[in-house]
Amino acid sequence: MKLKFALFFALSAAFGASAQADKPVDAPGGKFAKDAEQMFRSSFRTDNSKYWMARLDQDETMKTCGLYRDNPPRKLGEKLEKLNAATIRYPVEGKLIGDWKEGEKLAAVGTGGHIGFIQPDPAGKLRGGNCYACHQLAKQEVAYGTIGPSLQHFGKIRGNSEEIIKYAYDKIYNSNAFTACTNMPRFGLHSWLTPEQITHIVAFLIDPESPVNKD
Amino acid sequence: MIQRLLKTLVGVATIAAFAGSVLAQDSKVADELAKYREALADGNPADLLEVKGEGLWSEKRGPKQASLEQCDLGLGPGKLEGAYAQLPKYFKDTGKVMDVESRLVHCMVTLQGFKQEQVTRQWFSKPGQDSDIEALVTFIGAKSNGKPINVPASHPEEAKMAKMGEYIFYRRSGPQDFSCAICHGQEGKRIRLQDLGNLTTKDGAGTAMKTWPSYRVSQGAVWTMQRRLIDCMRQARWPEPNYLADSIIALETYLQKNATGTVMETPGIKR
Repeated sequence: MKLKFALFFALSAAFGASAQADKPVDAPGGKFAKDAEQMFRSSFRTDNSKYWMARLDQDETMKTCGLYRDNPPRKLGEKLEKLNAATIRYPVEGKLIGDWKEGEKLAAVGTGGHIGFIQPDPAGKLRGGNCYACHQLAKQEVAYGTIGPSLQHFGKIRGNSEEIIKYAYDKIYNSNAFTACTNMPRFGLHSWLTPEQITHIVAFLIDPESPVNKD
Repeated sequence: MIQRLLKTLVGVATIAAFAGSVLAQDSKVADELAKYREALADGNPADLLEVKGEGLWSEKRGPKQASLEQCDLGLGPGKLEGAYAQLPKYFKDTGKVMDVESRLVHCMVTLQGFKQEQVTRQWFSKPGQDSDIEALVTFIGAKSNGKPINVPASHPEEAKMAKMGEYIFYRRSGPQDFSCAICHGQEGKRIRLQDLGNLTTKDGAGTAMKTWPSYRVSQGAVWTMQRRLIDCMRQARWPEPNYLADSIIALETYLQKNATGTVMETPGIKR
């Protein structure tokens, strides 16, 4: 009994210490992380515009996720989730479910936002959600990725309550509000999609008429 | 070689035929993809570039009218067998960790007397504009065919470069929150229908690295590793790195270190 308690104490002390430490023991780059950051930044062409170069800036979430190889200690993860939840903004009219047909188009678009001099996207090119890159959605689209979970029958399974609609909207707007350091981009936070576009993707997921739920 | 070239020509025609039918439906997709890959394996347009690279290697060129035959790619002047497989590595004469492309350019400058801007202006090909660098790297790469990748990064400068590559691999930024790791840090995932390797493991990194340089059917061109990684940054929606930038060489060192022990099969052919 005594031994068990001692072990428990030692373990909690160890876990407590690792959660509070500034850096994990195996942070990528190790002692060269600072050099690496400087080298990375100075590796870009000097004729990249200032606006382009700003895409290399990291917020606290990005920095922390890199440091912990996308697997932060739970305490830190919760802190990031709160931070990200506070960024979510809603459409002016307040309606969180839009037109599934528009959402279907956006889910398939994977282009937009490419910069640089070799193969940039033309200005004004539609930026989509590129959902199919990572998720299974409508049954008839077989070219889906598996980085994220299947979302086939999303609405059929979960229903179309206010709560589910808000969850879907929030998740697309800022995925890190739910899971810190998830692979999923924060589409609303970065203004990659507008709040209105997000409501269309919500409809694609939830509307009973959407091919995600039809068959 | 002649036989290989003939096979290539037949193969190229077959690829063209299959490329159109790849967009098949439903359960047919897997079958079609398998057939497509089989067709790809049959002949590789990169073989033609390899022949061109061999010519460029031995041709007297540049202000100094010299060939590249005395170029030291890490195993001694003119030693090509297995040279690609042990790069990037630290070079005493420049005091830098160099990959095959930065070393090749170094040789073109020092041995042949070219200006660096001159030889790197056309570092990748465009329709109607060939790249000497692509041809030379294809030729040099093929000389490592059958040799195991060997980048232990045991020199302190190489070890540092590999660590810096690891840092970049996990670094997230940009409007999609991307890092290399989000697509290439897990097992058994795919993006759309494309399989994604876990580049943090020997298996994943080995499968990826052993086939470069590679002919890319979708691009109609051979891509070098520099081209591949610079395009990864484009896909991450980041600004454009310099050709031969240290960050690219760092990533290559990290990946080659992970892939060490995997037998090279180059030039490869990919989607």
